[in-house]
Amino acid sequence: MWQFFHKLGSPKWFYGIATRFMPWLLASGLLLLAGGLAWGLAFAPADYLQGNSYRIIFIHVPTAFLAQSMYIMMAVAAVVTLVWRMKLADVFVKAVAPVGLVFTFLSLFTGAVWGKPTWGTWWVWDARLTSMLILLFLYGGVIALDRAINDEKSAARAVAVLVLVGVVNIPIIKYSVNWWNTLHQPATFKLTEKPSMPVEMWVPLLLSVLGLYLLFGWLACLRMKTEILVREQKTRWVKDLVMAGRG
Amino acid sequence: MSEPLLQAVNLECERDTRLLFHNLSFSILPGTVTRVEGPNGTGKTTLLRILAGLNDAFSGDLLWCGEPRSHLRESFLRNTLYLGHRPGIKPLLTPLENLRALMAGRRRVTDDTLSQALAGTGLAGFEHVPCRNLSAGQQRRVALARLLIADEPLWLLDEVFTAIDAGGVKAIEALLQQRAQEGGAVLVTTHHDLQLPGMQRIILGGGERDDN
Amino acid sequence: MTTDVRPGLKPVESGVGLFPAMAAVFMRDVRVAFRQRQDLLNPLLFFIMVVTLFPLGVSPEVEFLRQSGAGILWVAALLSVLLSLDHLFRHDFDDGTLEQLVLQPQPLFALVLAKTVAHWILTGLPLVVLTPILGIMVHLDGNSIAILCLTLLIGTPVLSLIGSIGAALTLGLRSAGVLLSLLIIPLYIPVLIFGTGTVAAASEGSPVAGYLALMGAFLVLALTLAPFASAAALRISLSNS
Repeated sequence: MWQFFHKLGSPKWFYGIATRFMPWLLASGLLLLAGGLAWGLAFAPADYLQGNSYRIIFIHVPTAFLAQSMYIMMAVAAVVTLVWRMKLADVFVKAVAPVGLVFTFLSLFTGAVWGKPTWGTWWVWDARLTSMLILLFLYGGVIALDRAINDEKSAARAVAVLVLVGVVNIPIIKYSVNWWNTLHQPATFKLTEKPSMPVEMWVPLLLSVLGLYLLFGWLACLRMKTEILVREQKTRWVKDLVMAGRG
Repeated sequence: MSEPLLQAVNLECERDTRLLFHNLSFSILPGTVTRVEGPNGTGKTTLLRILAGLNDAFSGDLLWCGEPRSHLRESFLRNTLYLGHRPGIKPLLTPLENLRALMAGRRRVTDDTLSQALAGTGLAGFEHVPCRNLSAGQQRRVALARLLIADEPLWLLDEVFTAIDAGGVKAIEALLQQRAQEGGAVLVTTHHDLQLPGMQRIILGGGERDDN
Repeated sequence: MTTDVRPGLKPVESGVGLFPAMAAVFMRDVRVAFRQRQDLLNPLLFFIMVVTLFPLGVSPEVEFLRQSGAGILWVAALLSVLLSLDHLFRHDFDDGTLEQLVLQPQPLFALVLAKTVAHWILTGLPLVVLTPILGIMVHLDGNSIAILCLTLLIGTPVLSLIGSIGAALTLGLRSAGVLLSLLIIPLYIPVLIFGTGTVAAASEGSPVAGYLALMGAFLVLALTLAPFASAAALRISLSNS
């Protein structure tokens, strides 16, 4: 068990495994996402209320979903960084934070695009959108702190503390934003009314979510591999790898 | 010989991808003065901060009275006195207030004892002058007054002689010597040419890795 | 555990208890603050000035001010606390006091808590005291002012506590002030929402005890968790210096 754990923490071991799995992640991710999107955009029935404009949920929901779960994953990695000081965990946080930021931005952007035909305006202070905006700030803070600290180990641990503080706050933020929303606005039309969604809509949605998860896995591996190469540039195995690549 | 107070086993420290030291092992015995030597940038201060428990970016083991230090953190902290480059003196407070605040977390001392300690470092008459009105050397002496009343068996002193005049240097040397005779252990870094009988040395520098 | 630590000297066993040590940390911060009274005044002046900007920048109409007054005061108080946080550990870090604090045998989180309480008493509490005057200037009615003061009384310690984490994380970094704001403002949002929301509910005549209790829960949560996070962050920042 400990042997395995130790191995899991070894950047070299991860580099090898990631290299082997990445093509599969990429292929299956693309396949699922393409399938889900094609189904959702071209074949799923139009919404009786919103017509075709609702179809943006096939992009909006997966990005929002992933943006949120990435923060949770980062928090798990942060615990591992602080408790076991595993190098790979902090490589993960560092590699994933910018991806999370981009996904959060994408979900906000698609939300705004969807808002235009639905509400007639680009931005509404809707509870979900506002929560996502705050999530964007949280990601921004994590990245800013990471960039501000020169020493790699200190940066890893400081960022881990910040991510954990953030993850404790996320439910509180969500709850208070929801409450604030009911206080200031009468119940408006909600994005993503899931229960009323027919099978033809949620199956392609599920496919897109799964596909995007797999693609995220691929992207995370790619970014982690790059980060590992930078960090381990002085070690023998990276030097050998680079030489082999040249020769 | 008695049991070592602090033992370092295979310490290794890297700073900004530069290896400061590695395979560094030594023991600090009661009744000894040890000087950490090495040119600038070889990690003397870093080593002292690691030993004091301020810096934990190192690998290797530290044993306190024969047990891993992390298990005995409180006992270690109670029994160790660390004085760094920045001595912990607030410019807005008087020497007496500063000393009182620094001792407050460690043990009960009366103001008389504190005043005596300040007088012992040549600060008699300055007890109630805000430290920002004192010279750098005098501020340093406020911090050093702690040594006169400290009962911690292990002292870690980083550049204690900075800004101290010749007379003061003599007095500190004598104090360290006396401390060792009483059974205390002292670890110092200094650029001053400290020579004490029976002084031990830890020599840093030449941080290149030689095992690969 | 070995008791005869030093053959020649008697071992240091009994030290100072937790509460005297915390009191000493608290008293030192208060004493330093009163030696430099201008620093105490700055957040208050900032608070008043930010509030003044709103009638000038938006509208001096009574109706607007009455409606947004609580929000304006809350935002101004929040910014004012944020501004003062940079000093929480900075001076101690620069003069070495912080190193000595970390090396005290008492648990660090308790000492950090003592510092944070001092920070609140020196910055948060005066803001609450000043609030009624500013409340009158933005035409809030008596009941709203009372509720506003109450929410600030519960809320500002939360701001200090959460802020201490950010101050500890950004210690010794370049442009720490701006970075601190970036890290902390998102975490302040729930307190702000409930602080202003409670006043809004009160002005509509709804019962507010439940909201105040919820803010109390925030305070308890912050009291129990934030000092640990700050202590961990301080160790990390010091380790890096």
